[in-house]
Amino acid sequence: MTLARRIIPCLDTDGERVVKGVNFVNLRDAGDPAALAARYNQEGADELVVLDIAASRDHRPTFLETIRRVAAELAIPLTAGGGVATVDDGRAILRAGADKLTVNTAALRRPALLTELAAEFGSQAVVLAIDAKRVGDRWEAFVRGGHDPTGCDAVAWAKEGASCGAGEILLTSMDRDGTRSGFDLALTSAVSTSVSVPVIASGGADTPADFLAVFVEGRADAALAASIFHDAVQGLGELKRFLASKNVPVRLT
Amino acid sequence: MKISLVEYDAGNLPSVERALARQGLETERVATPEAIRAAETLILPGVGHFGQLMRTLSARGLTAPLREVIERGTPLLGICLGLQALFTESDEAPGDAGLSIFAGRVVALPPTDKLPHMGWNQLRRVRPSVLLEGVPPDAYFYFAHTYAALNAGEAAVALCDHAALFVAALERGNLFAVQFHPEKSGDMGARVLANFVAHARTSSRS
Repeated sequence: MTLARRIIPCLDTDGERVVKGVNFVNLRDAGDPAALAARYNQEGADELVVLDIAASRDHRPTFLETIRRVAAELAIPLTAGGGVATVDDGRAILRAGADKLTVNTAALRRPALLTELAAEFGSQAVVLAIDAKRVGDRWEAFVRGGHDPTGCDAVAWAKEGASCGAGEILLTSMDRDGTRSGFDLALTSAVSTSVSVPVIASGGADTPADFLAVFVEGRADAALAASIFHDAVQGLGELKRFLASKNVPVRLT
Repeated sequence: MKISLVEYDAGNLPSVERALARQGLETERVATPEAIRAAETLILPGVGHFGQLMRTLSARGLTAPLREVIERGTPLLGICLGLQALFTESDEAPGDAGLSIFAGRVVALPPTDKLPHMGWNQLRRVRPSVLLEGVPPDAYFYFAHTYAALNAGEAAVALCDHAALFVAALERGNLFAVQFHPEKSGDMGARVLANFVAHARTSSRS
């Protein structure tokens, strides 16, 4: 009896459609979020993440409608986020049907937001998203969709975020995101061994061996990927059977 | 048969509604003492904070009616925080009284594993169960919690092990509760909900 390692497909959206890009730029259309959600629910995803990477105030109602459409397709947990800056933003996302919300830029600017969100919705509903990029011999947290450096050490920020009330860390390697060159194992392991909350590794997934490595060497609790699942490069069932054959505890459906 | 979902501000109500609707079941939301007393079958969903839940129930005058219908034998399923609410009190909100159907305190899981206990885990069956009828022994269910009941006496039907051995499912007469989220647990969760509803149907006919 062991907690299963989770495989989490991620839908990066412009609020309405799933988009794809490399290193956060050159976005192109990759489909309807509700249709993809239905497919992943069926194929054995353990959870789904849907993000509004545009996160503009004007498009917020559109994104909430997207959350509703996605949630309607799921019998598994849903995490949603993008541009959450207040407790009210968080409430709107959860009311639309998400089980957890992600918060990034606003939390780094004001860590007390994590405490407020956790007090209102419980830590289990608050996911701190960290976009980390290698700078010299450490990793720096970037905000605003990876645009702005903060000077803040990603590992230290993860620890602080968890102590402020985040119940989970969604850790994206900006260096690996969209490159299909494997997860950043050193970054993932550094964060996962520093915090007492679960860590979702993101950025760089390509082969089943990459997932095995991020669970074993990277010490990740969950692994997230987008394009390899959208393009059906990697089937979820096949990936999980591979992991099970390597003694990684996974939920087979 | 209509299933009445107890409504309070912080809830996983829509996902429970969707899970039941997928099985062709009719639901309604109830938020008054009269509606709770009149309900044939109740679900107490739960996401959020123990203190907030108990204070909301109390402010709406729902605490006494819930205890009444449970004692009278109206079929009720508590989910997650809805299981914890059945106990006397919780480490999460010292001083806020639970429904006290079961004696004992809901405790913070010890920090020997990562917390919250977040994700899919398996159960250890301790006795035959109505809810888990037809569910394979190695099935996974979705959990998302930091607090748990460690003991429910004879009522415990399944335990789970993460940081501590805790009560994952309990049953006593027509009262049922699960620490996991059946509405988020795929086909296995749907089976648990269907088993509860089937039991409630039988008990309302007899």
